[in-house]
Amino acid sequence: MQPAPTVVWSYAPAPETFPVEISQEHGLFIGGTFVDPRSRKHFGTINPATEKELSRVAEAGKADVDAAVKAAQKAFKGWSRLRPAERAGHLFRIARRIQERARELAVLESIDNGKPIKETRDVDVPLVAQHFFHHAGWCDKLAHAVPGIDPRPIGVCAQVIPWNFPLLMAAWKIAPALACGNTVVLKPAETTPLTALRLAEILQEVDLPPGVVNIITGAGETGRLLVEHPNVQKVAFTGSTEVGKRIARACAGTDKRLTLELGGKSPNIVFADAPMDQAIEGIVNGIWFNQGQVCCAGSRLLVEESVVDEVIGRLTHRMRSLRVGNPLDKNTDVGAINSRAQLERVNRFIECGVREGADRIVCFDGALPDTGYWVAPTLFRGVQPAHTIAREEIFGPVLTVLTFRTPDEAIARANDTNYGLSAGVWTSRASKAYEVAAGVKAGVVWLNTFNQFDATSPFGGFKESGFGREGGRAGLAAYLA
Amino acid sequence: MATVTKTWKLFIGGAFPRTESGRTIKAVAGGTVHHLCKASRKDLRDAVEAARAAQPRWAASTAYLRGQILYRLAEMLEARRGEFIEAIRATSRATPRKAKAEVEASIEHVVSFAGWTDKIAIVLGSQNPVAGPFYTFTGIEATGVVGVLAPDESPLLGALALVCPALAAGNAVVLVASERHPIPALVLSEALATSDVPDGVCNILTGDHAELVLQMAGHRDIDAIVAGAKGKQAATLKAGAAENMKRVTIVDPASDFTDARWRSPIAFRGVTEAKTIWMPSMA
Repeated sequence: MQPAPTVVWSYAPAPETFPVEISQEHGLFIGGTFVDPRSRKHFGTINPATEKELSRVAEAGKADVDAAVKAAQKAFKGWSRLRPAERAGHLFRIARRIQERARELAVLESIDNGKPIKETRDVDVPLVAQHFFHHAGWCDKLAHAVPGIDPRPIGVCAQVIPWNFPLLMAAWKIAPALACGNTVVLKPAETTPLTALRLAEILQEVDLPPGVVNIITGAGETGRLLVEHPNVQKVAFTGSTEVGKRIARACAGTDKRLTLELGGKSPNIVFADAPMDQAIEGIVNGIWFNQGQVCCAGSRLLVEESVVDEVIGRLTHRMRSLRVGNPLDKNTDVGAINSRAQLERVNRFIECGVREGADRIVCFDGALPDTGYWVAPTLFRGVQPAHTIAREEIFGPVLTVLTFRTPDEAIARANDTNYGLSAGVWTSRASKAYEVAAGVKAGVVWLNTFNQFDATSPFGGFKESGFGREGGRAGLAAYLA
Repeated sequence: MATVTKTWKLFIGGAFPRTESGRTIKAVAGGTVHHLCKASRKDLRDAVEAARAAQPRWAASTAYLRGQILYRLAEMLEARRGEFIEAIRATSRATPRKAKAEVEASIEHVVSFAGWTDKIAIVLGSQNPVAGPFYTFTGIEATGVVGVLAPDESPLLGALALVCPALAAGNAVVLVASERHPIPALVLSEALATSDVPDGVCNILTGDHAELVLQMAGHRDIDAIVAGAKGKQAATLKAGAAENMKRVTIVDPASDFTDARWRSPIAFRGVTEAKTIWMPSMA
């Protein structure tokens, strides 16, 4: 184990200063224009790092949802029959414009969501552009995309997305839907609506035909009205397993096509023969990327018993150098929790972990900002498989550590969950890596890496993590009749 | 000499138990009254347990082996060709010609899927050219334990059209036979028992669909359902997804199962999972 550093390095602030203007009020994007909500209601969206209100956004009611679905229905005929190369042209232009406005989108995302600028700048926004670019190219190749089908669009897609990757989830939903000739009504999460609304501006700029994409803001009730709307043919939801189950029930008596990308409690398995430097970074990335507010977060660390002390020693050493604070500082590793409600949820789990007898380890010795929602990176040792914090999705920067002795036991423990979204495996032996990868029930398995995403690569889960995939041709299948 | 009539039973874990409930349903076939088992919730649970126990090994066996085993099943169907034709004729009053055609299509169907096992991943999997230093590929795996509700039309072919893709991909199956014409599926259980399909990989129940649909929908250890169903039963099954996110595929029970789409890759939808594996391509 390395000794604790004797010199404390301090970093000068390095704020990202790219100016982003935010209007005080936002309407709904319906039929190609921003309109005032018929509900006449608005609600505030705040910066979770400062708790200051950024803007007031419209709360779509029943009449607004009707109008958005109607606009999408109206646009469907033209869009679905548009020459594929022309549809592609629109998507390519969207991708290009996103790249041009990348810095603005990254800053806006960090402000509205609370995640570090280095993530929005280097991960979220580049992946958004890639997703549109990749799917643009599919428009005129759909006949080759999904074996066995004669590709036809489905119709109007109701898409409801979460707050953890607001713009990226919008791209994951909109790009394949459009490439396949469908039209869309998208509802971003109520705490992070701003980047989706900025995307609406981009769609206007590149002259996407009106109504092809409609973006309506609101909370759970707006989402419910949208997915239950009778003129919607396809429902795509990313969010909690609890809400996903409610949606599955609501769609059961209909012919709506449904894909659900839900929660996770993903294992990150470290063998004694792992490349240890990389593994430690992989653990850090697995659970503290985006403050752990990631459905596929590596929240259950499974360590081979013989190296657990070494792993925890190195990990806690590394935790000391994680910088928590201002999301717009380019040096920040861990930003703000997205909302007060989420902060309270994470804290409840932390209290529960302590109460159930696990050992909490927090290495952050700086001061958390006075305002905003913060949780220092947290690690729990002495966790039993039956503990609440080892079973339930926390969706925060909280890692639980369990041990195992053999590969079989690692697989059994990895699969001891209702979820099955992702898994990480760290070992220098390829045969062991593949054996474990084959054994874990998870839609994505990262061998000696973690939290990698790509437009060409299907993402989605087994078991209660939902069904359907996003990305690659498995993702396209969800948007073709 | 007196003729001996066959007692039809359930097929669970490679054995032929009677229903634990002692309940029977009357079926008249070929002028004979048969008392078939009316499977209960516990029979379903036993069948799911047998399937769960058998599935990992079935999935882990090589695609080549699964293919040979399914081909062997086709051989066992061929050996019972006459019995199948009789069973279909007796219960569904199909013309001899129609019954013969259904049996022939059924055998061909099993052979087709014997040939699918080692092509599923080739056709549906992919190498993903990601924008980074990673080697990434997507393989296709079995979903797990699949409940199949056989349609009444084409009681043999309809059942096999829904069962074969699941088996070929490495799932274990609990088949609920056609409610109106269950006997052909029971003859299938005898073919399965004498084939090399491992015990528990394919289990067969007979009984009341309305009752079993409700229990299948709510069963938390069934990973997927493929059902020839409509209306209320279809809705009940889909609502079952909310229990444990089981994948539910509803097919029109009146489908023409001789159509090529039933042998196409879309047959694997709902009974397979894409698993994407990433690894660094540079250290």
